[in-house]
Amino acid sequence: MVIDTQTGRQAAAAPAPAIELRGISKSFGPVQANKDISIRVEKGSIHGIIGENGAGKSTLMSILYGFYRADAGEILINGAPVDIPDSQAAIRAGIGMVFQHFKLVENFSVLENIILGAEDGALLRPSLSKARRALMDLAREYELNVDPEALIENLSVGHQQRVEILKALYRQADILILDEPTGVLTPAEADHLFRILRNLKREGKTIILITHKLREIMEITDAVSVMRRGEMISTVRTAETTPEQLAELMVGRKVLLRVQKTPAKPGATVLEVENLRVVDDKGVERLRGIDLTLRAGEILGIAGVAGNGQSELLEVLAGITTGTGSAWLNGTPLDLTGRTSDGQTRRESGVAHVPEDRHRRGLILDFAAWENVAFGYHHRPDYQKNAIFMDNAALLQDTAAKMARFDVRPPNPRLAARNFSGGNQQKIVLAREIERNPDLLLIGQPTRGVDIGAIEFIHQRIVELRDAGKAILLVSVELDEILSLSDRIAVMFDGRIMGERLPGDADERELGLLMAGMKGGPA
Amino acid sequence: MERMPKWADAFLVPLISLLIAFVISGLVILAIGENPVEAMRIMVSGAIGSSYGWGYTLYYATNFMFTGLAVAVAFHAGLFNIGGEGQATLGGLGVATVLLSFSWPHWAVALPAAAVGAALFGAAWAAIPAWLQARRGSHIVITTIMFNFIAAALLNYLLVNVMRPAGSMDPSSARFGAETVLPRLHEILGLVGIPFSRASPANISLFVALLACVAVWALIWRTRLGFQIRAFGKSEPASVYAGISPFRITMYTMLISGGLAGMMAINNVMGEANRLIMNAVEGAGFIGIAVALMGRSHPFGVCLAAILFGFLYQGGAELALWTSIPRELIVVIQALVILFTGALDNMVRLPVERAFRRFGRRSA
Amino acid sequence: MDLATILQILDSTIRLATPLLLACLAGLYSERAGVVDIGLEGKMLAAAFVSAAVAALTGSVWIGLVAGIAGAVALALIHGLASITFRGNQLISGVAINFLAGGLTVLIAQNLFQQGGRTPSLTGGARFTPITLPFADALRDVPVIGQLYSVLLSGHSVLVYVALLSVPLTWWVLYRTRFGLRLRAVGENPAAVDTAGVPVTGLRYAAVIIAGVLTGLAGAYLATGLAAGFVKDMTAGRGFIALAALIFAKWRPVQALWATLLFGLLEAIANRYQSVELGGIVIPVQLMQALPYILTVIILAGFVGKAIPPRAGGEAYVKER
Repeated sequence: MVIDTQTGRQAAAAPAPAIELRGISKSFGPVQANKDISIRVEKGSIHGIIGENGAGKSTLMSILYGFYRADAGEILINGAPVDIPDSQAAIRAGIGMVFQHFKLVENFSVLENIILGAEDGALLRPSLSKARRALMDLAREYELNVDPEALIENLSVGHQQRVEILKALYRQADILILDEPTGVLTPAEADHLFRILRNLKREGKTIILITHKLREIMEITDAVSVMRRGEMISTVRTAETTPEQLAELMVGRKVLLRVQKTPAKPGATVLEVENLRVVDDKGVERLRGIDLTLRAGEILGIAGVAGNGQSELLEVLAGITTGTGSAWLNGTPLDLTGRTSDGQTRRESGVAHVPEDRHRRGLILDFAAWENVAFGYHHRPDYQKNAIFMDNAALLQDTAAKMARFDVRPPNPRLAARNFSGGNQQKIVLAREIERNPDLLLIGQPTRGVDIGAIEFIHQRIVELRDAGKAILLVSVELDEILSLSDRIAVMFDGRIMGERLPGDADERELGLLMAGMKGGPA
Repeated sequence: MERMPKWADAFLVPLISLLIAFVISGLVILAIGENPVEAMRIMVSGAIGSSYGWGYTLYYATNFMFTGLAVAVAFHAGLFNIGGEGQATLGGLGVATVLLSFSWPHWAVALPAAAVGAALFGAAWAAIPAWLQARRGSHIVITTIMFNFIAAALLNYLLVNVMRPAGSMDPSSARFGAETVLPRLHEILGLVGIPFSRASPANISLFVALLACVAVWALIWRTRLGFQIRAFGKSEPASVYAGISPFRITMYTMLISGGLAGMMAINNVMGEANRLIMNAVEGAGFIGIAVALMGRSHPFGVCLAAILFGFLYQGGAELALWTSIPRELIVVIQALVILFTGALDNMVRLPVERAFRRFGRRSA
Repeated sequence: MDLATILQILDSTIRLATPLLLACLAGLYSERAGVVDIGLEGKMLAAAFVSAAVAALTGSVWIGLVAGIAGAVALALIHGLASITFRGNQLISGVAINFLAGGLTVLIAQNLFQQGGRTPSLTGGARFTPITLPFADALRDVPVIGQLYSVLLSGHSVLVYVALLSVPLTWWVLYRTRFGLRLRAVGENPAAVDTAGVPVTGLRYAAVIIAGVLTGLAGAYLATGLAAGFVKDMTAGRGFIALAALIFAKWRPVQALWATLLFGLLEAIANRYQSVELGGIVIPVQLMQALPYILTVIILAGFVGKAIPPRAGGEAYVKER
């Protein structure tokens, strides 16, 4: 039992939990996102909520922050039932939320973002000077240093996150909810965040940490709740559980952590990259001279914290963005800047690409499955009836065959992509890209938002493609995925490759240091 | 997961919107002390009660098919072309340039040439905003609005200072040659023995417009370019991933859109006035927006919506003739149609969706 | 050109810029809050008609003004309903409002007055009359400064001064008040405002209603100050010129003043050239009329300084994570 040291009078009786949810249910149409969820979060504790994508964590937190209304159930704060129809009510109840995607006004200063919605009176000046003083106190107390006058758009991701925490604290939040806070942070930034969280806990704040990273749960939480398919499976004390047990609870069965594969038999060089550089439209250099070689029949895994240039690497190789430097595919130079640096030309030369974000890039959600199978290959001769018209009948047939081979469910080529589950959507993309028999497959976050069953299927297909003698460049922020699939691992940090390791030799601590840029460096 | 059947989305929702627009228009007529039922009767008999009425209805419908298709094609690419008015104005200039530059032996030769001229001028006028959007990121809605005004000023200048025949006080071009007069509907229908009013301006352009509807349908749903246009309209990042060039698609789409709007000139400038006059477009470019919205951007829907608006236009003119209700009633109806089928679409759609879901659950 | 001519042109610049300025500021409030408004034209037109009609019927320009504002606000609420509540397309809603105003004004005018869609000419108390500023007469003979004061600044109707004072007021509201901070935030990132506990809908409706009030003033000035009554389509594209000025000013109030003064000047010169056309001036009047639009296209294209609109402009806010 965690005793609240701040308010001794409550400690005498059994202290009311900071938050108690009773029987929360929420449906979106036919989908039940939360089923009869009950949970108690002790005051002054760090409570983890863990579960796969789509397990219902985010919906639950959105109910708590007044974004959705529960269909049934009750919310109690400090033992008293509360009604949370909107975010205002949540703030009044002492709840602060740090979203995965920050809710900041980019061209406002830190100070302006902090007072927004919490101003004192109708004029700004007094609010701003009051907030400036409060900010200095908070910075001292919790190691939350940020320049109050800086514009958000000029701050690093880690600092932007601190602004979000400051926003909550400035609103006198006693309960802080953080949704996947470390996804975009380097290990060092994550460590700093955890120090802040511990400081907050020491001051009696209650913290809910939503994550799918077991390591974080083990490191910092006092108790952990596991969610699966909209249900609360179990709540345990962190000290009394193991990562293996949690993983099993999350998935509902024993997890196959390693992919079955034989050692790679690398052949001829397929891709060679030299001094590859990419500057984004804000003028920031996102790739700072990448050199790499990839051979037929091997999987090169790129590890790294999100936002260190992996996306840019995939996109420049796929012809989506332009860059400088040189790259050769099967000995032929790739056009990185000119007229032929586009997705279509790349596909013609044997490059397939499964993009990181299938909703934004990989699919057109309003298009039917068959149109999505044509997508990117719509100019291929076998899809044309004649010089003018496309052969829609042939396409439907082709799609049905691909869907059968990749076990896409439901196997209906006329259904809009939007109506498939995440795993089946990914299978459609994969079927389209793999079945063209490319020499090089660029694949980003292959199993993000994909259910467990489909993960195994997708991993197997990737290994099969390797065994068929294809070269595969794999980008993933899931270190486990990199470790289990790759034949070689390259670690990226700040637009550079910090080092290369073999999966057998790699120890996770060392990879972590490389990912943080604390070790290694461009060769 | 289907929210409602396709037919409901394609027909029921626009029909309900239209009904609401008509009911409100009826209330407006009541409010100004006229009888809506009587007004409707006059409109119906005036617009489709005689072959004379039909002739005007179809003449207007021809204009609206071209401008409606123009807006619809752009909608498919996610572009909102408000510039139909200016592009049609320039189309008229194209027709006049072609027809006044040579002495044409026969309308059958002149028509394709004039159509090409109209399409080229309209496309050129759309090309500048398209280029500015694709290369410089200026919002195409604002630029096309601006280009409508610039087109009006340009035409005004040309008609007053350049194209006006010597001695004429009228700001309009010379008449085109007598050989270029297009066959009217009564001549065409006369060939198959159907009697038709000789006084109405509907002409062979109607068939060109219908042909354009079919061509646009084939373009959008059956060709590679159409596929790319639709893909680009749904998602630009995905299109870039697929190797579809946003610049090229923006340009192609707007060239086609502007060309279609420009081609309206073969109907009003060549077919009806037989010379270029000030403000020949008469707002048809804007009605194209209502037509495209009402027709759900589908060429078949555009065709039907264009005929509906042709009916409203002719009916409105008759109404103004026989009652004290001015022609502007049609502008009000047009506004309400745009409002309910476009901006307030969700207001109509969501209850219909809900009704379908409830009904579906009960029958399941 | 002598000083008197210049003063005359500048004087009419101020008059012509006034409706543009009011409409431009209306657009500024709306678009800064993330609601794109191409219905400025329609709201102005509605206000012009309603104010003129009510002034004609009651004989009081002040009652006319209030009614005109109410008319514009009614249309603004339709825009709000479509683009905020029902999350419809803001551009399409604006187009609809322009047509609605264009049709209804003539329809009702014809029904009320039977004068071919106009109102009767307004006289006496049904029009805004010029106000002579203090000491204007006394300073009339002081060279330059006195003339500027008494000819240029003095002698306009009250709405001109309201428009001019709206500029510093808008600046102050936008940058020095809580409301302004929230307004700017909701146009940049509505999710930030919502999660900070401020309802997005309320803010956007407030902005849209302010836009209604300002276009109401603009329209009323057109019909009861600048002209003496309503005629069909009397806004003649001023709503779009105001929109152009807003882009020209990059959505900032003080720059909006300069932009509208520039466009007012162009109109004033165009008007004057027309009257001296026989003098053989080479610049066609049509070019002068088209110049605001051409300049806007150039500005929008970023050839002369990039105009970056509020980031959330044109998008309805949907709560999501």
